[in-house]
Formats: sequence, structure tokens, C-alpha cells
Amino acid sequence: MSADMKENVLELQGVVMTFGGLMALSDLNFKVKRGMIKAIIGPNGAGKTTLFNVITGSFPPTQGTVTFNGRPIQNLKAHKIADRGISRTFQTVELFGNMTVLENVMLGCYTRIRTSFMASGFVLPQARRKEKRISETALKILKFIGLSHKFKDPADSLPLGEQKLLEIGRALASEPELICLDEPAAGLNETETHVASSLIKAINAKGTTVLLVEHDMKVVMNISDEILVLNYGRKIAEGPPEDIRKSPTVIEAYLGAEA
Amino acid sequence: MLRIAKLPIAVFALFILVFPWAARQIPAIEHYPDIMVFAGIYCLITIGLSLLMGYAGQISIGHAAFFGIGAYISGILTTNYGMNPWACMGIGMAVTAIVAALVGTPSLKLKGHYLAMATLAFGIIIFIIFNEETEWTGGPDGMSGIPGLSLFGFEFDSVERYYYLVWGFVIAAFIFTVNVIQSGTGRALRAIHASESAAGAMGVDVARFKILVFVYSAVLASLAGSFYAHYLNFINPATFDLFFSIKLLIMIALGGMHNIWGAIVGTGLITFLSNEWLQYFEEFEVIVYGAILLFVTVILPEGLAGVPGIVKGWFRR
Repeated sequence: MSADMKENVLELQGVVMTFGGLMALSDLNFKVKRGMIKAIIGPNGAGKTTLFNVITGSFPPTQGTVTFNGRPIQNLKAHKIADRGISRTFQTVELFGNMTVLENVMLGCYTRIRTSFMASGFVLPQARRKEKRISETALKILKFIGLSHKFKDPADSLPLGEQKLLEIGRALASEPELICLDEPAAGLNETETHVASSLIKAINAKGTTVLLVEHDMKVVMNISDEILVLNYGRKIAEGPPEDIRKSPTVIEAYLGAEA
Repeated sequence: MLRIAKLPIAVFALFILVFPWAARQIPAIEHYPDIMVFAGIYCLITIGLSLLMGYAGQISIGHAAFFGIGAYISGILTTNYGMNPWACMGIGMAVTAIVAALVGTPSLKLKGHYLAMATLAFGIIIFIIFNEETEWTGGPDGMSGIPGLSLFGFEFDSVERYYYLVWGFVIAAFIFTVNVIQSGTGRALRAIHASESAAGAMGVDVARFKILVFVYSAVLASLAGSFYAHYLNFINPATFDLFFSIKLLIMIALGGMHNIWGAIVGTGLITFLSNEWLQYFEEFEVIVYGAILLFVTVILPEGLAGVPGIVKGWFRR
């Protein structure tokens, strides 16, 4: 591992994403240092979710490279990228509503522990042991995110705040090196937002790098080490929160140019 | 965790065990074991179909074709080449697996109605082949003289013997499928049903799983086809037409798509309706199926397997 690789978990170089004539991301370059919380902000339609979709393999970029731990991943399918160690949540909650809270997290363990079709059909002892290990891991994660008392409930019966936490829990179950959170505080009230941001800090404290898209500026300013600002698919600023707060370009992008 | 209780499976197996004896005691239902053989054969198909449709959420209106491929491979290889029926059964399953993988790979990229249309088209193509390849299949007249099954000199030549053979396989397939549902594989399948993008983001190879479960259900249908051919000793294309594919859907819809028990209950009921209880309706039978489908969709979306839950709900109040 080179020094650069050790320092940076993720690196994007010249990433371009076009949908027909629309340029959603244009020539994007940035790095995510290992162990930090990096936030991506920008007005609606700036390309934040598109960026997440490119990083996590929902679709390959039109141009450019995405490097994870020193290896290119831009042409890998989503499940392969998950295997490599990038996990994500979704802006509009994408839980498995037909499953219980516990099962949702258990599915998250899929990248680490899996059983073949045949082994599960014949319930080989190793399959049974694996299943036990998975449910133990999942319960531990539920405890960590504070939802262990609801483990039997159907996932879609939870209030939005808890659904968002559960999505984070499911992503954690894959033991990712990098976790991408798409608006974890959207639609949450103040208490729930507080719970979510302390959870994100706790995850980061355990050594997981966090990439965060968020509109709630209080959350962003409080927890991030570094902020990347996008507008119309372009990077317009990058740096620590205090610099971003004062940056004239950023203020202009959000509020419009002063008359 | 999704748990499927073991006790009902044991009770069910016991029922299967004593049913022929019980039927012998009552003259009016003496012939029921014969109908049960057909029910068992159809159950093999619907068990796989329930996993594919109810759990993994993929629609197929082409399973009559896989059923037919199994039946015709068994029929052709045993009558024309005198091959061992068990070997033919295995060859049928292997060929079906390959065909299903070839058909499934492009079609499973489609979603919802498009997947249904693709499998529908496949079913019609295979049906045409059964009708037109007269040299091999005997065309619309079908082929007869397909030998029965025997194992180490033990002939499955009576209804009862064949009944136990088929239902032995049904129970084995049922238990295997139940185990899959309760495992990480089953969880992955249900995840695909709920959200393909989230399943993918969690490391589930969506395309591979869809094909895997499609192939599994097709192989079970092929096995059922072989049993069908060796039981009736005669097959013709009409058995494997589009309507049969739809009948399979009615079976699992009536029983309850999201519950593996639904496959057994629905298949049993529809088989008895069409082979026995609806005989007087003749051609109008179809109307009854339509009415059942309508009733289930509107009143019982969970199917008959959902009834215990509804009743439990009444008592809790």
C-alpha cells in the first residue's frame, strides 16, 4: 500500500456522468481521507445522489475513475462494490418492508457471511452455525443503534426516524470501510436528528469512514471534518466547515448573487 | 426471523401417509388417491413457483413449458431409445436447467409485466414445438407407450405405489424449499422482491439469484413432467398449453403466494376442482376459475394461507 492509498480510502478522478444531454456530474475530482467524516452539500439537483449512485455502482460513470483502496471500482456492479467494503443508505428509505427489523440487519451481513443454495436447502450444520452467527451479529448492531427492543417488528411499521436508523444499521452490518449516508436526517424532527448525528459520530469513532449527503446544515457543520460543495455537477468548494461557511462562492450558490 | 413451523409439516406428512388407507374405507372417495397423484405432480411445480413468485417476486407464465420439456424428454428417450426412465428424468432436469438459464438470463433483466410477457412467449414457442415436431413428439396426437417406473425390480404399477413415490418427492422438495426460505438465501430472495437496488447495495447478486431460483423452479417442473409422463404412459401437447401455466398461477394465488403452504393448499384444491368437483361444468369450468381468481384478489389477497392470520386477528380483538 502506498502512502497515498493508506491515507485516502476513496479517490475520484475526472468523473463525468451524463444522462442524455444532461450533465449531472462534470469532471469531478476529490479524495476522501481514511477515518474522516466528509459531507457533500449543494442545492437541489447539484448531483449529490448521482455521485453516490456512481460510487456505489448503481450505474458506471460516463468517464473517469473511482478508486477504492487503490483499486478502480467504477465498472463493478453494485454487489461487487458492497463486497469490497462500501455500504450505503438511500435518500428515500429502501428498507425491506416485507421483513422484520432483525432480518433487515441480518441481510446486511450478507457480504461477510453467506450460505450456498444447496447448503441452505439441506440445512448442513455449517449453514445452521452461520445463521446463528448472523443473528448474533445483527442483534449486536440493533443494540448499537438502539432498536433491539423492536427486533421482531415488521420494518415498514417503524416511524421514519427509526427506519432511517435501521437503514444505517443494515449498512453497518456489512462491516464497511466506507459508509455512504444519503440524507440521514431528512424528514426527522430535532430529537431524531440529534440521535442520528450522534450515531454517525459513534460509527466514525469506531474507525469507519463516513461520506455524507445532507441538507441539514447544523448536522453538517457539527459532525463533518471536511465539506465538498457541488453545484450543477461541479465542485465549487472543498475544505473544513469553517472555511465553507465563509466561502463567497458557496453563499452565492445557495442564496444567489448579491444584487 | 422467518420461521416455518415444523409441526404442520409433520401432520401433513402423516396425512399423506394414511390418506390412501382412509380413502379405501369410504367407497365415495375410493378413487381420490389417483387424483392425489396429479395433485402431487402439480405441487412439485407450484412449490418452485411459489419460491420464484411469492418470495423472489418474479412472474412466470411459462412453467407449463418446463413441465412439458420434462415430460417429452422422458417420453421420447424411453420409447424411442429404450433408455432407463430415471436417467431420462435426470437428463430432462439437466436440459431444463440449461434452457431455463438461457431463457432466464435475458428475461429476468425485465421487470413486472415484461417478464410475464417474455415467459408467456417462451411457453407458446415450446407449445408450438410440441405440436409441430411430429417426428419426435407425435404432434397433436401425442405419444403413447411410455413405460412405467420401477426401482430395483419394484414396480410402481399401482395408484397407491405411485402415490407414495410422488408424494415422497413432494415432501422432500417442500422441506428443501422451506429450508431455503428460512436461510440467508431466502432472505436475499425476499430482499430482491422488496427492493432490487437495496439488495444489490447490500451485496446480493440480484441477477444471479433471480436466475438461480428460476432454474430451480424450472427443474422441479421438469421433474413433475417426467412423473406425469410415466404415470399416464401417454402425453399430448394440450396438457402443456398456456392455460395450464395460468392454472398454476391460480393455484398459488388461491393458496396464497407469500406462503409456501399456499402452494400445497391451492394446488390440492384446484386439482380436485378440475378433476372431480367441477366435472358438471365442463367447458364452463374456466368461469369458475375466473371467479376464484377474482374472489381471491379482492377478498383474500393473502390467499387461503392468510386465513389463519385473519381468524387469529378476530380472537385478539
